[in-house]
Amino acid sequence: MPTPKILPCGDSALTVEFGSTIDPALNAMVLALDEIVRSRAPAGLIETVPTYRSLTIQFDPAVTDYDALVRLLDEETRDLAPRHAVGRRWRVPVVYGGAYGSDLEEVAEIHGLTPNQVIEIHSSAVYRIYMIGFLPGFTYLGGLDKRIATSRRVHPRAKIPAGTIMIGGEQAGIAPMDMPSGWHNLGLTPVRPYAPERDPVFLFAAGDEIVFEPVDASRWEAMEKAVLAGEPVAEEVRP
Amino acid sequence: MIDLVVKSCGPMTALQDRGRIGYQGFGVSPSGAMDRRALAMANALVGNTPDMAAIEFVNLGGAFTAEGGDLRLAVAGAGTSASIDGTPVPPLTAFMLREGQTLDVGHPRTGTFAYLAVAGGLIIEPQLGSLSFHLRSRLGGLKGAPLQAGNRLPCRPEVQAGEPMQLTVDIVEETGPLRVMLGPQDDYFTPDSIRLFLDSEFTISPQADRMGFQLTGPKLEHAKGFNIVSDGIVDGHIQVPGSGQPIVLMRDRQTAGGYPKIATVISADLARFAQMRSGTQVRFKAVERDEAVAAARQLKDWIASLPSKLTPVRFDLTTEHLLSRNLIGGTVDALSSASHE
Repeated sequence: MPTPKILPCGDSALTVEFGSTIDPALNAMVLALDEIVRSRAPAGLIETVPTYRSLTIQFDPAVTDYDALVRLLDEETRDLAPRHAVGRRWRVPVVYGGAYGSDLEEVAEIHGLTPNQVIEIHSSAVYRIYMIGFLPGFTYLGGLDKRIATSRRVHPRAKIPAGTIMIGGEQAGIAPMDMPSGWHNLGLTPVRPYAPERDPVFLFAAGDEIVFEPVDASRWEAMEKAVLAGEPVAEEVRP
Repeated sequence: MIDLVVKSCGPMTALQDRGRIGYQGFGVSPSGAMDRRALAMANALVGNTPDMAAIEFVNLGGAFTAEGGDLRLAVAGAGTSASIDGTPVPPLTAFMLREGQTLDVGHPRTGTFAYLAVAGGLIIEPQLGSLSFHLRSRLGGLKGAPLQAGNRLPCRPEVQAGEPMQLTVDIVEETGPLRVMLGPQDDYFTPDSIRLFLDSEFTISPQADRMGFQLTGPKLEHAKGFNIVSDGIVDGHIQVPGSGQPIVLMRDRQTAGGYPKIATVISADLARFAQMRSGTQVRFKAVERDEAVAAARQLKDWIASLPSKLTPVRFDLTTEHLLSRNLIGGTVDALSSASHE
């Protein structure tokens, strides 16, 4: 792996860039460095923001010794071991198709598959959370089977409901709240990745894995009730 | 219990403090006060720490009353005026709002953002460690909402008594170009584009809000496309989408984004920039890290020094009297230049 680049982000931040593509190997390095920087906690550290391929580090320029921070990063990235070990894997129940996933049939048609085949392909993959961004708790998932990778909608929707299970290009995601989207809706989950009044506020973290479990619409009401009662409903399972 | 009651206010009037720290990795925008200096001044006047939550006014003012007792308050930022039952309050001076009186905060005259602070702050539960309202996250403020007429904001009765103070600030405002550090993706632009960016005048478009300020000016050409795989964003990043027209990202920005960022406004110049209105012409000047860090230190020291610049207000002094003694003349000058290029 080439030496990561340190990019200046004004006087109060820098970005350690491991590469320019979406690649699980790069993301594993980002998450490994994130863990190290947070545990070393250099003076003046404010917070870290891991993304697909880089780690942005924000600090107080009046406290942080920039040169010392760069030296620390040089040192720590030299023999950095990627963080492949995944702390948690989550099983997320999904009701696919119909009113729950209005684009399922269209996606099936685009790829010459039946809706059931799309469900089968989508729910048998293991997804990795590369990063959380765009909105609180929005998970950017890698691991979508190329057979159902579908370029984004020509006309984005102004609002899709919280819990929408969606795909866009080679990415997959779960809507944490009502949001605008140009992705395709395959299904709906009652699971809330983000709930400001719940402890924990965020269910998932970057580096976690997600698997989707198709469930029958008859279970929706019970699951939704449990979510409203503050239960995660997403289940932690063994990899 | 004493409540500060909202009688009327603009639609984006909301609580803001230093911002929400530690949740950007979960996609939560930091948000926070657009003008940290003005927030610090309002807070200093009523004896609060510099980053405590205050009411942020955006373009419009508001009216308030006190119920259940008297409140010690202060207003700062963007040439905002305040009056109690029609009697003007001298600028940068704390005042008592007696129960039954009405406080009118005028619209900001020389910028966009102004702050109303209450002694001891507000007794409202923070969300994710902050009271800063963020529209898209539905976080902060009053359970994820901005202020509206009828809201009652509980205040701390035990700290309302106290001598109202006035602040004499001697800040020398930078009036030159906005200082930036190039990067993180300046290599995505042609050398000509970088020159154009640093040599041209840009105009702040009407699309300027707490998320970002769209600028219009000469088209900045990308050297290798305008899509990057999303990476982290910080306050002051200047991203350039396919249109070639830069956007300066402000406090309600997203946490990651997929356009190349040509440069970053230095932290010390962000408050000044935030107060520039649509239509204002701006220029950028590239500086080295040393200058940016020195400016950040200077701002931090200036904020820390505010309590030492407070003096008691003599109640027999009228506004006219204060003005005639030139006690606040310098203050007014400093404030108005804060928001003008």
